[in-house]
Amino acid sequence: MVRYILRRLAQSAIVVLLVSLFAFSLLYLMPGDPVYAMMGGDITQEQYDIAYQQLGLDRPVIERYFDWIGSFLQGDFGRSYQNRMPVRDMIAARLPITLYLGFLSILISTAVGVIFGVIASTRRGKLSDAIITVFANLGAAVPLFWLAVMGMYVFSLKLGLLPAYGFSFPTQGLEMSIKQCILPVSVLSVGAISGMTRQTRSSMLEVIAQDYIRAARAKGLPEGRVVRSHALPNALIPVITLVGISFRNLVAGSVSVEKIFSIPGMGSMLINAVLSKDVAVTQACILIIAVVICLSNLLVDISYAWLDPRIRLQ
Amino acid sequence: MNACLEVRNLSVTFTNSVQTTTAVDGVSYAIRPGEIVSFVGESGSGKTVTQLATMQLIASPPGKIRSGEVLLDGMNILRFAPNSLQMRAVRGGSIGMVFQEPMTSLNPIKTIGSLLMESIMLHHRCAEKEAKQRAVELLEKVGIPDAEARLANYPHQFSGGMRQRIMIAIALSGDPQVIIADEPTTALDVTMQAQILELLVDVVKQTGAALILVTHNLGIVARYTERIYVMYAGRIVESGSTADIFRQPAHPYTRGLLAAIPRLDDPRDRKLIPIEGVPLNPANRPAGCPFAPRCRYARESCAQGQPPELTEIGTEHLSACVHSLETLDQMDASHEQPRFSREKTVGENMLEVEHLVVRYPLKGAFFRPKKHVTILDDVSFAVRRGETVGLVGESGCGKTTVARSILRVIPEAQGIVRFNGVDLNTLRAGELRRERRKLQMIFQDPFSSIDPRMRASELIGEPLKIFKLVDNRAAYERRVEELFRLVGLDPAYGDRVAHEFSGGQRQRIGIARALACNPELIVCDEPISALDVSIQAQIINLLEELQQKMGLTYLFIAHDLSVVKHISDRIIVMYLGQIVEMAECEALYRRPLHPYTRALLSAVPIPDPSVEAGRRSELLTGEVPSVMNRPSGCCFADRCPHAGEECRRSRPPLREAEPGHYTACFLSKGGFQ
Repeated sequence: MVRYILRRLAQSAIVVLLVSLFAFSLLYLMPGDPVYAMMGGDITQEQYDIAYQQLGLDRPVIERYFDWIGSFLQGDFGRSYQNRMPVRDMIAARLPITLYLGFLSILISTAVGVIFGVIASTRRGKLSDAIITVFANLGAAVPLFWLAVMGMYVFSLKLGLLPAYGFSFPTQGLEMSIKQCILPVSVLSVGAISGMTRQTRSSMLEVIAQDYIRAARAKGLPEGRVVRSHALPNALIPVITLVGISFRNLVAGSVSVEKIFSIPGMGSMLINAVLSKDVAVTQACILIIAVVICLSNLLVDISYAWLDPRIRLQ
Repeated sequence: MNACLEVRNLSVTFTNSVQTTTAVDGVSYAIRPGEIVSFVGESGSGKTVTQLATMQLIASPPGKIRSGEVLLDGMNILRFAPNSLQMRAVRGGSIGMVFQEPMTSLNPIKTIGSLLMESIMLHHRCAEKEAKQRAVELLEKVGIPDAEARLANYPHQFSGGMRQRIMIAIALSGDPQVIIADEPTTALDVTMQAQILELLVDVVKQTGAALILVTHNLGIVARYTERIYVMYAGRIVESGSTADIFRQPAHPYTRGLLAAIPRLDDPRDRKLIPIEGVPLNPANRPAGCPFAPRCRYARESCAQGQPPELTEIGTEHLSACVHSLETLDQMDASHEQPRFSREKTVGENMLEVEHLVVRYPLKGAFFRPKKHVTILDDVSFAVRRGETVGLVGESGCGKTTVARSILRVIPEAQGIVRFNGVDLNTLRAGELRRERRKLQMIFQDPFSSIDPRMRASELIGEPLKIFKLVDNRAAYERRVEELFRLVGLDPAYGDRVAHEFSGGQRQRIGIARALACNPELIVCDEPISALDVSIQAQIINLLEELQQKMGLTYLFIAHDLSVVKHISDRIIVMYLGQIVEMAECEALYRRPLHPYTRALLSAVPIPDPSVEAGRRSELLTGEVPSVMNRPSGCCFADRCPHAGEECRRSRPPLREAEPGHYTACFLSKGGFQ
């Protein structure tokens, strides 16, 4: 198992390396002068020359790449020309917010989705199954921004129950923080809940038809235990794949939700950086996203092995 | 003695959006303590559904128990809700169950210890420590070596036979009064089948439990059971003691089954009498006797009114037929027993296989010597024009690999495959294609070997186009129609697609497809093993008739020794990728020389209790070793009761012990008999 993880880590490192090459070449692939791309257009010749040297454009490309990756590894992500501040500080301010909301949403959507999926599959064809299935399809079809705007309209403007925008951590005041989180987290979770519900339902139905479930019932086990302890763990593998995929949104954040609720997260930062050709910020975002995706894939594979001894003992 | 389990008038229906199907129709039976009783029938006869219904294990919806009582020690357990405490105490407690598929009936993510202890703790309400001890005892009882250590293993770390032993241990864990074994050995090889059935019988003798054995195999019934219930279309059509039913079968269906199955002790010229038609689809139940449309003895009145009730015709011998035993006997006497003329002219060698070796490289780590796994180890044999050569062996012995190597679909195959004197391995792609026309194959599974979207006429006509065997459209259509008739299919079915045909009809399509290009040699790879018993005889007869009509040569691969014996002129027995014996059919069955062949033959039960009573069984212990660690000497030495030092040291060559009778055994010269 340890060897397996090490091997997967090495594979991930190669993927991140390839992504870093791509991110690095971004600066030179973009139309226009790399110095302007890095510093913005309104600089003096003097500033240009200094930047030219700092960027090392007078040195060979390979050397520059290793310099760049080296400073990255030391935590120096460069400066944003737009905000005139180190990219590291920007990310340090925004990443925790995105991670916090993302984790909450994954936690909630997985728990709720699996529970709904199990209920729907064990009551297949009954009313509760029909209701859950309809809502799951609805949830998958509804656009995120519409939900966000409607939620804000109903709960903030009409009922006045929740704040319409803003974000704070629980440490900055528990009640306010919870109130501010409810709408964005719910909106972020709806799509994922639908996906989880549908995936759980279909894989549970498949597992329940297996011979070993009939054998478990023939032992005289109570139905609840058959579902919980014999069926569900077998049905979770495809669900975990889905959870792994939603990790991606965790770092990239959701642009529309962040915009609508005025949350200073990674998503809005990435979009702003791309639109204003803020290369240093874009590069940092790409690399962070790549690392998180690789790590989440690794986690998914490890949990496969944890769930299924046939994978573990190979 | 009073019955411990009695079922009265049980009916089960399944409802889908279109219709309601009666799967079990007024079934009544009684099982006495300690008895071994079998339920016999083909797929769709309702034998499994009946057993699941008594345990209330039918998925509902769509299934529903319409009527009936299930009395366990006089108490009607159908009163209890399916998931009630009382019903759960019956399931796995008073009644234990063993299922058909050992490979899929154990939860893959649980250790066998937890699967076993779960059941023990549930029914004995004991602590984990006690349950563990009991689990070890049970595993030892069912013959799992090193039981305590293996509790922590997962199902996939056990072979099919071992898994079935574990299933039996689980069924025993609640100290049941009745064990229901639903086709417990259908998925297993014949030597493993014998081991598992012996174990089941042993276990019920020790514990005093009754055993219900659900099976389609009449040989198993004859060897192991005391009483029989024969089911057809959801009804019990005959019941009685095993001896009575085999001596005097009273229902036409029972008679039909016995006439349709090949037996190991058949004379050479016996021709099987298939039951015509296909098993009844319970969704369209006709009026009158459900068997009437397929019955040789049916009168017009049989297809009218209510189905006949079970009536007593002897002590505890009941049959649901309007004809008396005497009438049936008279009608049988007037039918002439068809005989099969086995006279054929066997020509020169058509196919010669010399030193065929198939080995695959194993994926290894860096800097380690590359290892190979050998699937076929120096296989040589010949097939003469016009004969049928049977190739038998248990799963994994390499039979199918031989077939594929002959057709050159395995690039790893080394050695010489000479067809009509031409070494196929030296041919280029185009030349090989031309030769392949003469070499055709019939596949095992008619459900997956036919393109589900092609029409039957396209399927059968495709080879005609590929090999450009017809000149114009009219000739093509004429030939397709001829092929349909040749295999006994109505050409009007030409527009149908695969799922509109039954399994037997699909196999006929497969045969017609193979015949389309006028082959000389047909490799039949388990062509009947996926079919029902009554249909198997139809296909065997068809193959035999086609051979006589067209002078075909068959290489017939099968694991069922009775079938191989019936159809073959010569037989090759394989074990672990090697030929261990090769002889004329009669000689091989009369005087098998290799210990493996002897064990294999004695493991096959003969569907006749009077013959079975006189047979000495020579049970093989252990399992077929993995090809990964092939024994260094004789491949069979580890399991051979006669193996000596020489056997473990070097590999015996295949040599001619008697004229035409080859065996690969050191001991057959005289030391061992």
